[in-house]
Amino acid sequence: MKRYSFLELAKNAFSAHQNWGRQWRAPEPKAEYDVVIVGAGGHGLATAYYLAKEHGIRNVAVIEKGWLGGGNTGRNTTIVRSNYLWEESAALYNHAIGLWQNLSQELNYNVMYSARGVLMLAHTVHDVQSAQRHIHANRLAGVQNEWLTPEQAKEYCPPLNISRNIRYPVMGGALQRVGGTARHDAVAWGYARGADALGVDIIQNCAVTGIRRDQSGAVEGVETAKGFIKAKKIGVVTAGHTSVVMEMAGVRLPLESFPLQALVSEPVKPAFPCVVMSNTIHAYISQSDKGELVIGAGTDQFVSYSQAGGIHITNHTIDAICELFPHFRRMRMLRNWGGIVDTTPDRSPILSKTPVPGLYVNCGWGTGGFKATPGSGHVFAHTIAKDEPHPINAPFTIDRFRTGRLIDEAAAAAVAH
Amino acid sequence: MLLIYCPYCEVERAETEFRCGGEAHIARPADPSKASDEDWTEFLYMRSNVKGIAAERWRHIHGCGRFFNAVRDTVSDNFLKVYKAGEPKPDLEAIAKEAGK
Repeated sequence: MKRYSFLELAKNAFSAHQNWGRQWRAPEPKAEYDVVIVGAGGHGLATAYYLAKEHGIRNVAVIEKGWLGGGNTGRNTTIVRSNYLWEESAALYNHAIGLWQNLSQELNYNVMYSARGVLMLAHTVHDVQSAQRHIHANRLAGVQNEWLTPEQAKEYCPPLNISRNIRYPVMGGALQRVGGTARHDAVAWGYARGADALGVDIIQNCAVTGIRRDQSGAVEGVETAKGFIKAKKIGVVTAGHTSVVMEMAGVRLPLESFPLQALVSEPVKPAFPCVVMSNTIHAYISQSDKGELVIGAGTDQFVSYSQAGGIHITNHTIDAICELFPHFRRMRMLRNWGGIVDTTPDRSPILSKTPVPGLYVNCGWGTGGFKATPGSGHVFAHTIAKDEPHPINAPFTIDRFRTGRLIDEAAAAAVAH
Repeated sequence: MLLIYCPYCEVERAETEFRCGGEAHIARPADPSKASDEDWTEFLYMRSNVKGIAAERWRHIHGCGRFFNAVRDTVSDNFLKVYKAGEPKPDLEAIAKEAGK
């Protein structure tokens, strides 16, 4: 792998940046791999990277139906935070935060992680109490989170409207300073380049059409558009299409797939310093380095694979944003889109072995998987390599829906998130 | 936004009048005390999450307030059939064939 550095940049300037070379190969699939990862999004590529780097398993393929990073990795609002209520979740997401902080150096690829702070607003007495509970729980779990009064929130985020005469006045907010944003494409590209350099084959435009199992029930390999590929172990990391892929192996999951929408405005000069979220009135907003306001809306209420959502869902979010940030009222929106998110009943992910020997699944991230990308890949690689979960993802089994040991972030947030 | 036909009110109305109730025809274990943990898991949590033709429950919350079932294509979001609660599950394959899927 050619290391990127200031010296390389200067050298390439002399050839007008025409000779950088490809960042990863485009190999034909081999007949057999130790591990096949289905899905080349951030989580899948990170899994392959850590399998090769931390566990020495380099005979790995990542098989992708479309192009790498083209699913939810390229469709999210790029927010990073770890202020979840339950200790299990906080540990998982905080593990990711730890990795985010050095990820650019680790991958020699600028993932543009920017710890600009995530401010979660409270608009009602219930919100305030819930936010305080989160803050206390987080601090006990060693996760950064602090309370801001409306005036302090305004100081941290000057565009915020804290007047008392709006429909849902701001009563304060929980600020996680280590939260922020990262460049979603760069995360996928950085992991792809890193994994490729360690010998991982990334096979794009190759849909998996079946999972073959032997007489004992264990996995044998995957049927793909480019023929059968033998595999000792298979990790499925296909987000919204997880139910579809897992059905190929006869495994049913507690998942429902919904379209989640996002939109961006026309680019403007730096006008918004942090990330602001409001669960109550459903607004997520930040500003990208390109200058676009990046806005997250809600999910549709029904199962759909359409990658497009109802316009009333986006309108609802825009209403909330215009009230909280009146000076954005004349902004024009450039693009909106949907991604298919796989949600579990408790709104916590599944990183687990399955009833099928050799088959592993990483799914159920719902509306918030991007933030966990490095941590998810790291612990999932451990799960595949050792055939047992890392202590951090041990609670996130499929079996928790049988034992009742749910990690109920859904009830904790009281909204879809 | 979807337009949905309520089989009780016999009108087509905007999606915002309705609430989706998830997958249809999931039967509660007939004898709860005999149901195993696996039965309860299946009933409470496991979902088909079909990509294609699926039957699901809807409720006309801002109308008659009643539950009904619908067959919908989860790729195009087109409604293919609407029927009242209590009516048997239609033959989804036949509906799919008719719709050219």
